[in-house]
Amino acid sequence: MHLDQPFSQAPDSETAAIHVRWQQHRRIMRRRRGIVVALALLALAAALIDLFTGSAALTPTQVMRGLWNPDSLTTPMQVVLWQVRLPVALMALLVGGALALAGVEMQTILNNPLAEPFTLGVSSSAALGAALAIVLDWGVIGSNATWLVPANAFVFALTSLMLLQFLAQWRGAQAQTLVLFGIAIGFSAGALLSLLQFMASEEALQQLVFWSMGSLARADWQSVAIVAATLAVTLPFSWRAAGQLTALRLGEERARSFGIDVTSLRRWALVRISLLAATAVAFVGTVGFVGLVAPHVARMIVGDGHRHLLPASVLIGAALVALASVASKSLLPGITLPIGIVTALVGLPVFMGLILRRSGGQG
Amino acid sequence: MNAGLNLHIENLGVHYRQRTVLCGVDLHDIQPGELIALAGPNAAGKSTLLKAIAGLVPASGQIRYGLDNWSGWSAGKRVAHIGFMPQTSAESSNLTVLEATLVALQCGRTGARKDDEMTALRVIEHLGIGELALRALQELSGGQRQLAALAQAVVRGSPILLLDEPVSALDLAHQWQVMNVARRLANEGRIVIVVLHDLALAAQWADRIAILHNQRIHAFGRPNAIITDALLREVWGVQARVRTCEQGRPFVLVDAVATDMDRPRRQTTTG
Repeated sequence: MHLDQPFSQAPDSETAAIHVRWQQHRRIMRRRRGIVVALALLALAAALIDLFTGSAALTPTQVMRGLWNPDSLTTPMQVVLWQVRLPVALMALLVGGALALAGVEMQTILNNPLAEPFTLGVSSSAALGAALAIVLDWGVIGSNATWLVPANAFVFALTSLMLLQFLAQWRGAQAQTLVLFGIAIGFSAGALLSLLQFMASEEALQQLVFWSMGSLARADWQSVAIVAATLAVTLPFSWRAAGQLTALRLGEERARSFGIDVTSLRRWALVRISLLAATAVAFVGTVGFVGLVAPHVARMIVGDGHRHLLPASVLIGAALVALASVASKSLLPGITLPIGIVTALVGLPVFMGLILRRSGGQG
Repeated sequence: MNAGLNLHIENLGVHYRQRTVLCGVDLHDIQPGELIALAGPNAAGKSTLLKAIAGLVPASGQIRYGLDNWSGWSAGKRVAHIGFMPQTSAESSNLTVLEATLVALQCGRTGARKDDEMTALRVIEHLGIGELALRALQELSGGQRQLAALAQAVVRGSPILLLDEPVSALDLAHQWQVMNVARRLANEGRIVIVVLHDLALAAQWADRIAILHNQRIHAFGRPNAIITDALLREVWGVQARVRTCEQGRPFVLVDAVATDMDRPRRQTTTG
């Protein structure tokens, strides 16, 4: 200990050691920034592979040329690239990013590694909304056929998270209470969904099942624009809250002791999560695991500091769904599998592997 | 640091739902440079008192710091003057000690400053955990984590420090280390209020001891003046002998838990 020197000054004998540590810290931070850049390249590469993959005979060269100069392709190929592959590839990136961002924020504000929008009832609520549209032809926005299902899913997903918010505020917004309420909402929506499925015609039931498996095939430029706008609106706010979210990783009590209004932080994070998850689920249906896996992988490689964790999660989520989209098109020849099935099938083993490797390393 | 201001607590009360946790708490004239130990039985409201001072629980009564009356101030506003170390410790975070200290330093102000990292590293070094600066919190032992938490409370250089049981998980050497840091911080002109269970430790390091009992301050004064057999019986319900060591500091030998017959009735113990 250095009894005589005030705290603002470095202890003389240790100045050199402090400098070494400072440089080490700087190196760690540089490495993390490098990882984020690498992840951005990975997501970009995954999106390109996604663009190259499909049943139509388009070579990678044609795709690249078609992107710069659409007129170099024949009209049908132009349509395939610009109206099918590109919206699908962009939607994969955007939905992956949105779900991962929702997941990472949720895990932090609830201090629960299992939290993601879908474990807290968003997917079953959205499915309930979609079922009302598909089975009963009932919609919150009237009967515009194109928007009936996504609008219903959006409103129901949003409502479930708002209800969660409301219940939590009413009972004091503890993280544990929020998780329990979320599970309760999920089960209630699930039960109502089963009731509708029980009453549904065979055709409606089939449609509903397909909807809930999650699919990128419905993506068009309009839906891409809406998801992109949602992400563009929420990301800056998430970024601004990054420091406070990092502090929350030290515990709620500690964060409060730093002067952070945790209740308000949680409220606004839930608003962002609601928008992101509801928009994503409205246009592509249930794509599970991304919101859970992407933040975990990101945490393992860049740590808990949200300045790196948020972008890393978003990019991993984007890359994950883009790769899942590739797999969904190439696993079975001629058939595009629902994306939700693929993310679960591919995401789960990868996730288990990572967890086993980590716990093996610790033990 | 605006040193030289006194802290005044007057008629402070805290009520959780229907329950009264603190009522009529007075701590007058706490001077800069003073190390105050806050002691009392379990559930006496020691942590609540610190939180009320920090603005983290709603409280009635008055807290004055210099000429400022803190009654209408939010926790966010008080944090400019207060470094608060709560009892809980983060176990699952993989932030490094340095990252966590930086977060504590940068919260509540916009943007990072160039020398933030050096400031944080200096504080960490002063607490004797320099080698741990780049280790993740979840890899540390309970005692090391406690010191990391102390770094987070101290790093903003606040003129008032509130430490909630900072030595609870520590061995003797680390206890000494933490109390020594608290003493030094006080000597530099800060007000330091520390919740302690160990009266000997309190008597050794603190200028004054405040005993919290039955929702209010039961006694407040120099260690020698207030630690008596009678106080121990009344407040903790133990039969104990108070002795004085060569340096003139009191220490306590507990012989038994007093039976109900020995204890004066609760209503008579306010003072």
